[in-house]
Amino acid sequence: MQQLGMGQAVQQALREEMLRDPNVFLAGEGVGVSIHFNPYLPTHGLLEEFGPERVKDTPVSEQAIAGLAVGASVAGLRPVVEIMFNPFFTLASDMIVNHAAKLRYLSGGKSTFPLVVRIKTGAGFGAGCQHSHNLEAWVAHSPGLKVVMPSSPADAKGLLKSAIRDENPVVFLEDMTLYFMPGPVPQEEYLTPIGKAEVKREGTHVTVVAWSKMVGVALKAASQLAEEGIDVEVVDLRSLVPLDKETLLGSVRKTGRLVVLHEATRTGGFAGEICAVVMEEVFWNLKAPFRRVTGPDIPVPVSPPLERFYIPDEEKLKAAIREII
Amino acid sequence: MKVPAEKKMEMLRSMLLTRAFEDALQVLCQIQGKIPGMMILCTGQEAVASGVCAALQNEDFIISNHRSHGHLLAKGADPKALMAEIYGKRTGCNKGKSGTLHLAVPEVNAPCTTTVVGGGLPISVGVAFAQKYRKESAVTVCLFGDGAADEGSFHESLNLASLWQLPVLFVCENNLYAGAQRFEEHTRVKSIADRAAGYPMPGVVVDGNDAPAVYTATLRARETAANGGGPTLLECRTYRCRGHGEADPQHYQPKEEIALWKQRCPILKLEKEMLQKGILSAEELEKLREDSRKAVQEAVRFAEESPWPDVAEAFQDVYVSDL
Repeated sequence: MQQLGMGQAVQQALREEMLRDPNVFLAGEGVGVSIHFNPYLPTHGLLEEFGPERVKDTPVSEQAIAGLAVGASVAGLRPVVEIMFNPFFTLASDMIVNHAAKLRYLSGGKSTFPLVVRIKTGAGFGAGCQHSHNLEAWVAHSPGLKVVMPSSPADAKGLLKSAIRDENPVVFLEDMTLYFMPGPVPQEEYLTPIGKAEVKREGTHVTVVAWSKMVGVALKAASQLAEEGIDVEVVDLRSLVPLDKETLLGSVRKTGRLVVLHEATRTGGFAGEICAVVMEEVFWNLKAPFRRVTGPDIPVPVSPPLERFYIPDEEKLKAAIREII
Repeated sequence: MKVPAEKKMEMLRSMLLTRAFEDALQVLCQIQGKIPGMMILCTGQEAVASGVCAALQNEDFIISNHRSHGHLLAKGADPKALMAEIYGKRTGCNKGKSGTLHLAVPEVNAPCTTTVVGGGLPISVGVAFAQKYRKESAVTVCLFGDGAADEGSFHESLNLASLWQLPVLFVCENNLYAGAQRFEEHTRVKSIADRAAGYPMPGVVVDGNDAPAVYTATLRARETAANGGGPTLLECRTYRCRGHGEADPQHYQPKEEIALWKQRCPILKLEKEMLQKGILSAEELEKLREDSRKAVQEAVRFAEESPWPDVAEAFQDVYVSDL
């Protein structure tokens, strides 16, 4: 099987969907000609293949980029636009939160907005807090949007293809660290459904719920804890909206213990929602209090030791698991 | 350019319909519990909507704003479905989800209306992009107020539309007030159209109370856009005779100013012109007025008799298929 980084997997998904459907086009800052020239990046080579009519480099105008997607989608195209880094989502947020998410409802279901907003995210590059800030909980708080955060190249490809074919606006968050961590990706055509979590590792003692880059951290911690006789189940949510409650609750029912792991900061983070759902639905199955392992409530610092401290790692996760076993 | 008599008739008809529609709303919104939420009227500004829409083809799109009744009626929206929506009834064009402020009428290519000031501008650029992408000859019109021209979205949208030479008409309905701020209190430019120079695109100022003048200017801009000539910024100068909304006591608008502009009523102006030129008789005019009154009465009756939505319907239409 081919080994691809997540950026290359995204690239394949975009390419396949553009070949399949002439209404699919790309727009964003540097999606054609970029200040980086790197085949591992998601839109590398697509301008050469599809031309400037379908791969649109835009001015530095996040609101216009997101608005382009809203308008083009309601008029029948399938825009896939890119917001360069997650903090810049704030500049596009009126178009995404007030418009993409709400205009279908406001039309009484008559107008549809089949658009994808790809957002690059994740700390770990020393870029600082105005380039690194995981805001998935903000988007998940806006009914009308779907929120997808793949953890592997294979999922990224299958989920993005589903997102492009989805009739709803989808916010698709790609952790950039995963661009440079190759994994197996099937050659043949496949779609990964949005809204289905995946049990990445089965276990009996504790459920760790994670998404995006943190799934890798959870799997590493799980194999280390296995040597101590602790049997960890790892659930990859894949999408926050829709939330696959069935898989989540099924796992917690079985293990009776829950740790939620995410890179985003703690207060108001999506771990709070996961824990609330679990408390409401399967409280009596719990054998121990839940734990959250998250980024601390600080902006992402630049200095390498501080940034490393910010990003949750397997040591912090293992400590949290040991607390409740 | 000579404006054909039938175009004048079309504009007069849609202006009369809008005026009758909003005169009814003016009264209805004062009745406790009748109409939910705000009530924002375009009384006195009808020539902009009617002039613009008379110059458009059916396949052209419009993206409107919080003051949308005139735009949508002039584009051909059904007054019954609009009125029922304004009442919040299930039979409304948006099943009671939008009310008066965000009326969406995709049947007439008005797929969404936004009340976020300036929010329509980036969307209209997206619609125009789709038209150009598919090599259509249709255009998109974005209608916004003078206040929206102070938003960042105005700059981003005009820049991008100009860069990509998209078939979009930016129609600024300058009614001299943005909320409680008079025009010169919110910007130092003498004219919104002056800002066109920054993009660059034609910037045109027209008397927004003169429907045939708006029609002519729109027709020209439409032709340019449809033929690949890119966007135009068209400023229609008019006046907000009502408050920002009906709850606004207009204490900051001089009474003499309101009185003066009421004399410049765009409907009276066109009626007078058509009567003088002999393309409209007094009897025909009375018939037109009667027709609009009847259409509005029918719309109100329909809205009154329509059922409320069930609470379960609140969960519908968030997503294309239920999650």
